Formats: sequence, structure tokens, C-alpha cells
Amino acid sequence: MSAVEVIGLTKTYHSKSGATQAVDGLDLHIDVGEIFALLGPNGAGKSTTIEILEGYRQRDGGEVRVLGLDPQRADSGWRSRIGIVLQSTKDLTELTVAESLATFAALYPDPRPMSEVLDLVGLGEHADQRGSQLSGGLRRRLDVGLGIIGRPELLFLDEPTTGFDPEARRHFWSMIDGLRAEGTTILLTTHYLDEAEALADRVGVISNGKLIALDTPRGLRGRQTLARVSYRDASGQIVEIESDTPTQVVRDLTKAHPGELAELTITRPSLEDAYLAMIGNDDG
Amino acid sequence: MAEGHSVSYTTICLARTRAEIKSFFRQRESVVFTLLFPVILLVLFGSIFGSQDEIIPGTPFINYFVAGMLGAGLMTSSFQNLAITIAMERDAGLLKRLRGTPMPKSTFFIGKIGLVMLVSLMSLALLLFCGVVFFELELPVDARHWAVFAMVYVLGVTACTLCGIAFSSIPKNGKSAPSMVSPIAIILQFISGVFFIYSDVPKWLQNTAAVFPLKWMCQGLRYAFLPEQANIREVTGEWEVGRVALVLGVWIVVGLLWCLRSFRWRNRDDG
Repeated sequence: MSAVEVIGLTKTYHSKSGATQAVDGLDLHIDVGEIFALLGPNGAGKSTTIEILEGYRQRDGGEVRVLGLDPQRADSGWRSRIGIVLQSTKDLTELTVAESLATFAALYPDPRPMSEVLDLVGLGEHADQRGSQLSGGLRRRLDVGLGIIGRPELLFLDEPTTGFDPEARRHFWSMIDGLRAEGTTILLTTHYLDEAEALADRVGVISNGKLIALDTPRGLRGRQTLARVSYRDASGQIVEIESDTPTQVVRDLTKAHPGELAELTITRPSLEDAYLAMIGNDDG
Repeated sequence: MAEGHSVSYTTICLARTRAEIKSFFRQRESVVFTLLFPVILLVLFGSIFGSQDEIIPGTPFINYFVAGMLGAGLMTSSFQNLAITIAMERDAGLLKRLRGTPMPKSTFFIGKIGLVMLVSLMSLALLLFCGVVFFELELPVDARHWAVFAMVYVLGVTACTLCGIAFSSIPKNGKSAPSMVSPIAIILQFISGVFFIYSDVPKWLQNTAAVFPLKWMCQGLRYAFLPEQANIREVTGEWEVGRVALVLGVWIVVGLLWCLRSFRWRNRDDG
């Protein structure tokens, strides 16, 4: 069963300065219960794609099914099955966390109890604080809390941890694991590749409106096959050797250098390396 | 999964109204601007000009002025209030957030209407209280005058509410909203018979004012609060209560169509 099904999606923006092809024949398939991360440089078509899936934007062409329905014909029944965490918000400043949650809980047929949401997003101690008093990271937790209060089957998270400190991000990741355990499907965009790696079952990389790679984080990393062996030689220079047989490289090195090799490391390519190679180091 | 549970439309309307009212009263600036400013103007102008002149023998100018300030207060509570706050909320992303939920669109507007009803009634109560206590304002003399007062309230606030909702889509962003909305309101107040006697205003400004609802609201309110024979100070020498209702009714239709055509849930630069 698929939660999201996209075939040949296209979207062009028209302005005075001409037409921009934001999405150009994109295919995407996300299974129920899957956590899917969409990566890509700014302007690659990520936001446009997500907003089409969320029902905010009309597409020009292609087929889109989200939870079995065309988002362009979304009704409130469909909307109560999805949760949306938008990119940046500065609203709800005058209401307390608890009041905002209560206001939004009224919109859903089977909302989570407020205490459960406060626990999940770690805002229990801040329930009586107004939105304007929350730090950036706490505000983001409120956004996520509002996104999950209706027990969504599919949750859209658009750069959810921007502005989080490392501890808050860890906390957030464990919350996502909790949602995964409940069977929530999650479509995530992020600029943090370690986040995609930690959370996502599969990663899609989007560039110039097309999906240029689609794999598990591990598979994606594996595409960049060369490992890097580096050490400091006798003259104090760092030497780097890229190889798909790093063990053999080390073997040869130990033969050539009987003593200890200074600062010897073998680095497997990170998802970031793979990603940067893929989008041509053009992370605009 | 959601079977067996249902969402109550009434519950959503109440939740929205509650959120609107809380948000409004926690913003000190909006409370001062919307509720207290008209009262301050009333006391100030009333103290300076109130006793100098008479509209007709035995009726001081302050009665004319109170009727005008009531009209201005109603417009502030509805038109200015909504045109500015909705523009700011759109800019802050609240409207987009709400559109992503199963909230029925209408309940957003019902929440706004609930807020406007409360604020406008408070504005009326404050102004009437000050008028009666400080300036010996006389309340409408009979049921007929009260009924016209009620009619102007309902039609005027409805028209101004719809126009405020529609106008909120004009400013480019939230920041520019107050500087676009306030001048319009102030100019209308000057030419519509709030601060000056309408029949003393130059003809071309009278004609301009007569296009908009405020002039007619003030005229209807003067009928409610001034003696019958003060109609000699009206431009036509008549109270034209039917015409007041007609013009406000037309503005309700215009405002509604304008809303339907122009209302946006997202910022303009958000595609």
C-alpha cells in the first residue's frame, strides 16, 4: 500500500521575467509506514513538490495520489488524516502552548490528548507560556505538536529541526521513532544529512525539479564507492589516497613504512559526500 | 480510524472565537487603539468643542459628535481591526497553517465575526457610557429610534466586517497593513460627519464620503440620538433612514463579493 504516489509531476511558475520549471517530470512513491527524506538544494523543487502533495498548490501535469486521494480535491476528511509542519512560522504569538493545542485539537475527529502531545514534543514545562515567549527551538516543537495532534496517518515535516540545539535534535529524533512505531508515514525535508541518515528509511534527492537519486541512506552512501585513506608523512604533509580497496592500500603502506603511520585514518564516504557528489557540489 | 468520532462545527466555531478573543485582548496595542482611542477622542473633542455650539436650539454639538464617534468606533472595531490583523496573521503564516487542517473555512470567519461582535459592543458601551456620564448624552427616545440604532449597528458592522476581511488582502505584507488602513479610516472620519458637521464639508468631499458606508452609519446614528427636528442640519433636510439601510445593504453585497474574489490564505510572495 502506498501513502504517496506521484507520476510525472510537472509545475511551472510564470512571472514577468519568464517561466521557471520548478518540477519537471517527478516520480515518487512512498509506502505506508515509511519515513522518507527529500533532499535537495534550495530551489530544486522540494518545497513546490511538498506543497503540491499537501494540497496547497495546483500542479500543471502528472498524477498525484496522497492517501489514495488527489490533494487538489482534498476535503476535510482527507485533511484530518494528514499533518503539516510548515517551514517557518511566526504566528500564534498571543496564545499559550496549551491554548494553541486546544484550538487545533477541536479541528480533528480523534485528537491526541493534550498531555500526550506535550510529552511527545517535550513542551510539558512550557504549556502555559505564550508563543511569543518561546525560543526558536521550542516554537518548532509547538509546530510539530500542532502537526501531530490529529493523529495523522501521513505527516509532512518541512525542515523540522532548523534552529535546534544538538540535544533538542536528539529528542526530536526519538519522537519521530515513536511516531514510526505507531505506523505514521512521514515525509521529511531537511538540510541536515545526518538527520536523513538517522531517520529515513529511504532518501530521495531532487535537483532541477527531477528526482536524481532514490535509495536507502546506506545505498546512497555506497554509490560513492571510494574510501579515503589519509596519514601524515615524514615531511609533515597530509597524504590522501582514494581507493575502492582501502585494505590493500593500508597493506601496501605498512610494507613501505615499517614504523607507526601518523594520523592514519580510513574514511568511508558519508551521506553528505554522496549527496554533494550527486548534486555536483552546487549546494546553492 | 476516525469512525465513531465526529467533529462538531459548533465546537470549532467556539474554539476559533475563543482564540480570536484571547489573542485580541492580549495585544495591548490593539485594545488601546480599537477600544480606548475612540473614547479618548470623544472626551477630548467633547471637552474642547462640545459646549461651544448647538446643532439646533437646545441640542449641543456633542450629541452630533457622539453619534459620529459611535460610527467611527464601529468601523474601527470591524474594518480597521480585521483589515490589519488578518493581513498580519496571513504574513505570520497562521492562515496557511489553518488551511492545512480540516478546519471548515467558514469557521475562521465566524471566529472573526464573534470577535468583532464583542469588541464593537464594548466600544458602543464605552462610548455611550462616557457620553451619558460626561456630556449628558440622551439615549434614543423611543423604540423606533432604538430599532434604527440596532439596524445601523447590524448592517454597518456587517458591511465593515466584510470590507475589512477583503481589504486585508491588499497590503503586500503585515507590516504595511496599518499604514494603508489607518489613513483611509481617518480620512473617511473627517469627511463622513464624525469630527465635523457633514453638511459643512465641501460638496465634492460630501459626495466622496457618500460612496462609503461610514457616512450613512453616522447619519443613521444621528437619527437615533438627535431630536427629530435636527434633520434640518442634514444635507437633504431628511433623515433618509431607508436610504441608510439601502446603501449599507449594497455595501454588504459588495463586501461579500469582494471577499469571495480576493481573499487569500497565503502571502502574495508565497506564490
